[in-house]
Amino acid sequence: MNKAITLYLHVHQPYRVRDYTVFDTAVSHNYFVAPDPLSNRNNEKIFRKVAEKSYLPMNAVLLELLEKHPDFKVSLSITGVFIDQALEWAPEVLDSFKKLVATGQVEIVAETYYHSLAFFFSRSEFEAQVRLHQQKIKEIFGCDTSVFRNTELAYNDALAAWAEKAGFKGILAEGWDPVLDGRTPNKVYRPAGTTDIGLLLKNYRLSDDIAFRFSNRQWQEWPLTTDKYIEWLTNGAEDGELINLFMDYETFGEHQWADTGIFDFFESFVEQWLSSDQRSFLTVSEAIDNNRPSAEVSMPQTVTWADAERDLTAWLGNDMQHEAMRHLYALERDVLRTQDATLIEDWRRLQTSDHAYYMCTKWFTDGDVHAYFSPYDSPYDAFLYYMNAIRDVRWRLYAHHQTGGLHG
Amino acid sequence: MNISMLGWELPPHNSGGLGVACYHLAKALAAKGTTIDFVLPYTAAHADVEFMTIHHASTQRPIPYSATGVYDSSIMTEGSSLRELQRQYTTFVERHITNTPQTYDAIHAHDWLTIEAGIRAKELTNLPLIVHVHSTEYDRSGGSTGNPLARAIEYQGLIMADRIVAVSAVTKSIIIAQYGIPADKIEVLHNAIDVASFDNGYLYDQRTYSYLEGLKSEGYTVISAVTRFTVQKGLTQLLQAVAKAVDRYDRLVLLLAGDGEQRDELIALAARLGIADRVFFTGFVRGKQWRDAYSVSDIFVLSSISEPFGLTALEAAHHDTALVITKQSGVSEVLHSMFTYDFWDTDKLADQLVGIATSPALQSSLKKNVLHEYARLSWDDVAETLLTTYQQTRHGALV
Repeated sequence: MNKAITLYLHVHQPYRVRDYTVFDTAVSHNYFVAPDPLSNRNNEKIFRKVAEKSYLPMNAVLLELLEKHPDFKVSLSITGVFIDQALEWAPEVLDSFKKLVATGQVEIVAETYYHSLAFFFSRSEFEAQVRLHQQKIKEIFGCDTSVFRNTELAYNDALAAWAEKAGFKGILAEGWDPVLDGRTPNKVYRPAGTTDIGLLLKNYRLSDDIAFRFSNRQWQEWPLTTDKYIEWLTNGAEDGELINLFMDYETFGEHQWADTGIFDFFESFVEQWLSSDQRSFLTVSEAIDNNRPSAEVSMPQTVTWADAERDLTAWLGNDMQHEAMRHLYALERDVLRTQDATLIEDWRRLQTSDHAYYMCTKWFTDGDVHAYFSPYDSPYDAFLYYMNAIRDVRWRLYAHHQTGGLHG
Repeated sequence: MNISMLGWELPPHNSGGLGVACYHLAKALAAKGTTIDFVLPYTAAHADVEFMTIHHASTQRPIPYSATGVYDSSIMTEGSSLRELQRQYTTFVERHITNTPQTYDAIHAHDWLTIEAGIRAKELTNLPLIVHVHSTEYDRSGGSTGNPLARAIEYQGLIMADRIVAVSAVTKSIIIAQYGIPADKIEVLHNAIDVASFDNGYLYDQRTYSYLEGLKSEGYTVISAVTRFTVQKGLTQLLQAVAKAVDRYDRLVLLLAGDGEQRDELIALAARLGIADRVFFTGFVRGKQWRDAYSVSDIFVLSSISEPFGLTALEAAHHDTALVITKQSGVSEVLHSMFTYDFWDTDKLADQLVGIATSPALQSSLKKNVLHEYARLSWDDVAETLLTTYQQTRHGALV
């Protein structure tokens, strides 16, 4: 039986808010540039570190494989805020991505420029950010997008309906068991309420074997060999012809360090997968073009690719997160009508979902993942710095409009 | 008069009001010709203390005063580093007083951390022991039993003392009710404020809290608390009251200057109450940021569940704020031009806050009238009373 893999990697770095205190509010409008070069909130430092550990070595591996194997295909989503940081601090990283795209075997996936959750707060802002991202991708890589993924793979039926209307042929989501109810994620589905768009579902077990478990020595399957993994992909319990491996790009070299053998594993896995005529790689568009939707899938409630709950509670699970987002999006109209590019940019950078993620307090079963990904001492510190930045945006709005008044 | 004074901190290495009070009362005593040997647990330089001799009981550096103060008796257990420092302190005092037995007229011990040393010094020399109570374990634990070890030490000291000085009538009544000490053994001696020490060229320039100044120019009223974030201080009730007040009158914000183990809880509570953007957390502040926190405020709230005195209220009054103080705070015994409430009565506090914020006349009268009241309190009077106490205990008149 023929089998195809859709390998999709997500590339992103947020603009972390520096230690922005009460004493900075209304005095300095710099939220994102930490003066301390060693701070974990220093975005330049982090970007350079991840570039060295992940982006540059992994892109070298990918380029070699793409050039050697015309049948190797990769799909990438690259956020606007990632591109902006690369342009500023590591243009060689952006060049290495351009080389990948130039092979013609790499597809860029559409998303929001700012890696935001705007879809759940403001439809017009959301659409503006998708447009900005498309423009940026065209400008940097010279290509158009035709498949959409929302931030954190946060998906529901309304989003699919929107994507169809916006002209996308495909959309990505989590292949979550309660939704599939016994069906396989390894097929193309039709989102409920649509007629003309295909839904690709992440095979989270096989994806997470690499993304989360690869280096875990407590895992009974450790070490994960190429033979074993390919055996799971071909002869395991997996039915269906299409296996969607979706993961963070930074899995390679950052979440799983080079010394775990992740690069070697990836290289030999691709080589070995392509050694049989019955096995192939597809881009997300090809996967949708090649397969008729097998059935309808409905997700009225939002499903994400995060945590045991697969919902939005990592970003919108506590009062601090709700407060922060409420105050942020309340500023939309006043910010946009300033037509002040810097102010609008700052406000949009504050929409990046990572900020809310850093305020997450559900430390228990999912806790260590959040602790690992937070550059702050605690979610409370993240919240205080963020709220001070929101207040400063208000201050600037007031200075601009000279009306409306400040708020507490 | 020669006094062996046992203290735990002095400015600038102080975590709260204890160090400030010790400094000023020692200074006022010295000005009246008293010779003071002041024993501290740590080693550090202290400027402006040439009026007395400081002895360092250990080579340890001052305890970092960011989140937990020296008052944090909850961390005190047998074997803890604080307990160990306390033992070193006692050993030092024993040795010191044995080598110089004839030089002192009395031993004056401040609060529970020095009490064991005070008892030993009395046992070794038969000198009178004055225990000065700036706070009790009952206060520190927010009105409950607290740490049994700290409480036992306190109890022993109160029993052994020849004379007890309480910083307020509130504290005196706690010593009577919670520790069973006879009322006639305790005298009340309120703290004062040294206004002169505040006016060393300080000028409020409105620059530290720019955003708050911006709000004020928009008609907002700034409420503040300058305090450690511990259960004793009643800050969760303060937040609830501010939330109720904001419901009725929109233009209110709260400045919370300080730090402590309750910080995260308070941040989360502000968000839960929907007033996260009304509450400003500064972290631990010193120097100009600390004084400016008073200066930027219109209303200062002392929300303590149990507060022996509450020096911050006097400091706030000196920086031109209207005061709202719990009835469970000793400072309410010496001031009158202010609002008081029971710490649990968040409706009443909300009402008072809205009332002051919406009436410029009320606000300015409160600020103006309280000036005359705190100005009457003087450390010189405190020293005068203490000298009488030393004299009387020396002759055994009150024993």
